Amino acid sequence: MSSSTTQVDRRVFLKTGLAGATGLVLGFYLPGASTALADATAAPAAAAVLNAWVRVAPDDIVTIIISKSEMGQGVMTSLSMLAVEELECDWKNVRTEFAPADKVYIDPVFGMQGTGGSQSIHSGWEPMRRAGATAREMLIAAAAQKWGVAASECHAENGAVLHAATNRRATFGSLAEAASKLPVPADVKLKDPSQFRLIGKPTQRLDTPIKVNGRAGFGIDVRRPGMLHAVVLRCPVFGGKVASFDATKAKAVPGVKDVVQISSGIAVVADNTWNAMQGRNALAVKWDEGPNAALSSDTIRKQFGRKVKAADLNVNAVKAGRDYAAATLVKADPFAIERMDKNQGKIIIDGNSAFGRRGVSDFVGDAVETSKAMKAPVQVTWSREDDMQHDYYRPTSYIHLSAGLGADGWPVAFTARIACDSVMSWFFPGTITNGLDTSSTEGVSDIAYDIPNILVDYQLVKSPIPLGFWRSVGASQNGFFSESFIDELAAAAKKDPYEFRRHLLAKSPRHLAVLNLAAEKAGWGNPLPKGVYRGIAMLRSFSTYVAEVAEVAVDSSKGRLKVQRVVCAVDCGRPVNPAVIEQQVMGAVIYGLTAGLKSEITIDKGRVVQTNFDDNPVVRMNEAPVVEVHIIQSTEGPTGMGEPAVPPVTPAVCNAIFAATGKRIRRLPVRTQDWT
Amino acid sequence: MVIRFTLNGKSQSVDVNPSMPLLWVLRDTLNMTGTKFGCGMALCGCCTVHINGEAMRSCVMPISAVGGKKVTTIEGLSADHGHPVQQAWIEMDVPQCGYCQSGQIMSAAGLLAKEPNPTDDDIDDAMQNICRCGTYQNIRKAIHRAAELQAAAPAPGAGGNTEASPSASGTVTGGAE
Repeated sequence: MSSSTTQVDRRVFLKTGLAGATGLVLGFYLPGASTALADATAAPAAAAVLNAWVRVAPDDIVTIIISKSEMGQGVMTSLSMLAVEELECDWKNVRTEFAPADKVYIDPVFGMQGTGGSQSIHSGWEPMRRAGATAREMLIAAAAQKWGVAASECHAENGAVLHAATNRRATFGSLAEAASKLPVPADVKLKDPSQFRLIGKPTQRLDTPIKVNGRAGFGIDVRRPGMLHAVVLRCPVFGGKVASFDATKAKAVPGVKDVVQISSGIAVVADNTWNAMQGRNALAVKWDEGPNAALSSDTIRKQFGRKVKAADLNVNAVKAGRDYAAATLVKADPFAIERMDKNQGKIIIDGNSAFGRRGVSDFVGDAVETSKAMKAPVQVTWSREDDMQHDYYRPTSYIHLSAGLGADGWPVAFTARIACDSVMSWFFPGTITNGLDTSSTEGVSDIAYDIPNILVDYQLVKSPIPLGFWRSVGASQNGFFSESFIDELAAAAKKDPYEFRRHLLAKSPRHLAVLNLAAEKAGWGNPLPKGVYRGIAMLRSFSTYVAEVAEVAVDSSKGRLKVQRVVCAVDCGRPVNPAVIEQQVMGAVIYGLTAGLKSEITIDKGRVVQTNFDDNPVVRMNEAPVVEVHIIQSTEGPTGMGEPAVPPVTPAVCNAIFAATGKRIRRLPVRTQDWT
Repeated sequence: MVIRFTLNGKSQSVDVNPSMPLLWVLRDTLNMTGTKFGCGMALCGCCTVHINGEAMRSCVMPISAVGGKKVTTIEGLSADHGHPVQQAWIEMDVPQCGYCQSGQIMSAAGLLAKEPNPTDDDIDDAMQNICRCGTYQNIRKAIHRAAELQAAAPAPGAGGNTEASPSASGTVTGGAE
């Protein structure tokens, strides 16, 4: 056991790390300091804890603790790569375990333990490598002590410490116990990137095997002894509540155990989910629909549309004013359905999907309240209809854009008036200063094109619709706005849309590099088959640069449109796992196309009209384009890839539609009548 | 009402409401959670299983219609990832979040059983499953790869496979049929 002095040192280190603004949040395991941590370290048996992220078992199995949720974005694999790059263990021996809730695992950028904002690799880059390096140094020190040699004469390689002079070798597993009792080195040297052996190599995901045999456990798969199943009937109108209800018929449904009112509605609890659903169908409820019962997409549209109609900026040049409307609303869409049981402690799930819906945890409240009422573990399942109608949606956003072109065709002024509902006011109202929610303006306010005069005006417009962090957030709609409008300006200037952008990005090398790469790989300017057209778009979001060229087959006479190929170029700093980057880009393109071309949430009588995938369709296999991904081999610090490939795809497609038809799409999702 | 059927090669009986869909019998009655709930309307394919060797949506299949039939779920497709589709899925690293992948794999295995060398059009027709992570391109690649693996080793994976082999011999393993 370590001395008390050492323990104090570790504690100080931990606290110092957490107090620091960035970087060095390398918390170390303090025996007894945290029950959650102790719990997490319980299995596998006999593994020695080297720090909060690295455990080594006698059989050489290395467990990397993952402090982020695996939502399909590959973080389990990529974060492990960072630690293992420094640790120098055999990749085949790597296992992962999700972190419990603990201060040690607070994200240094967010200031809380959470996953989102395409942030995991960016914020994990330094701490995870440092965790691996620290563990390695402790293993080396243990070997040196054992052999009575200087640590500086030893090195770690492929899961063992070697002393070359005496040709001695000890596996990590044999050293781990001793290493865990040594002082934690105050500072460790990280590898020069030229020495990287894992980082930058396409690496297969660690979570694939359990996702091909049904063994991966999602929230909906949790089973507890005596667990009951519930579904909740919620008022279909936003802001409405239960006035009264009669549960007689619901309680008469076989298998139904009870019907209980909770904050979000009426929970029907049964022995299985199906019976709970049957009970819910039998409920008789009178709703108090509240103040929003007359709300409709039309009224929202008018409310937002009015806000951007105010006078334009006066520019002494050609004016090209345009109104755009983003998809009124797009659902945020979790696929796995969450649950929580009465023993609120720790439930580790292998996976979930997110795309934004998990920024909210209302489903936890449903389960906790129902479990308390039933005095038993209760799994609450959200049906697709529940989710479709009670989601936290991408906000309505309207914009009026105008620009002045000089005599030479290059823009001299650019103005944007944005009227957008505020996502941040639902989550972090404190971040809104002077009425500015920057998530409503990102993607326009940071426009990269070199235009001498830029004015972006914004009005926070409130509607009662719940809002969430839809994948890529404000950049999703604002990328459509700005990249469509730039295309309009290129057309007004009678210039090629790629060359127009290129000229205006001359002073922005990273933007320019992805633009050039996408255009080159897509064969911009080369002839295309008859009926196929190209569009291009580029946006930086979440500090990652993405350009995409879409090839779209357009047949106006038949109203047919097929996105055939999307060529993507990304600069996310130093690529950590190119295989996962490629997957994220492919997925983001499909995700963006669904919102751009297909899915729309509309409101009527204060409620969501759509219910399931029949009236809220998504892109399927037969509509999925070929996606090509090209990655800039950057040496900058890595940035995220979960979201940034979403924003460019819709404007790229819309710009291709313009190339085909001369019709400019100014509203999402794209409707056939807008281009035929 | 007691309903008897064959589940992953073993006889199974359940005493449930006969209108209860097979999906919920699997998930809640038998605690076999590999088969997923997505839409409840046969729209997304998350819940795909094989019934008498045919890929079917279990969320709309009343258990009463399953009596006497052979059901294979993702848990019974193979022992130890042995099915060519699972092997190809691993090789191509198909899943992202993974939630829809049980259904994708069962649909793909159903396709390959009928059409050992599917074209892209065959894949478009058979693979109506939704994937919100957008893994379609890798699914397509993996199906073509699985077809190669299946052709190279026609017998299905290791013991425990409960379905008829797609090979010409028609050999049946694991007690099915």
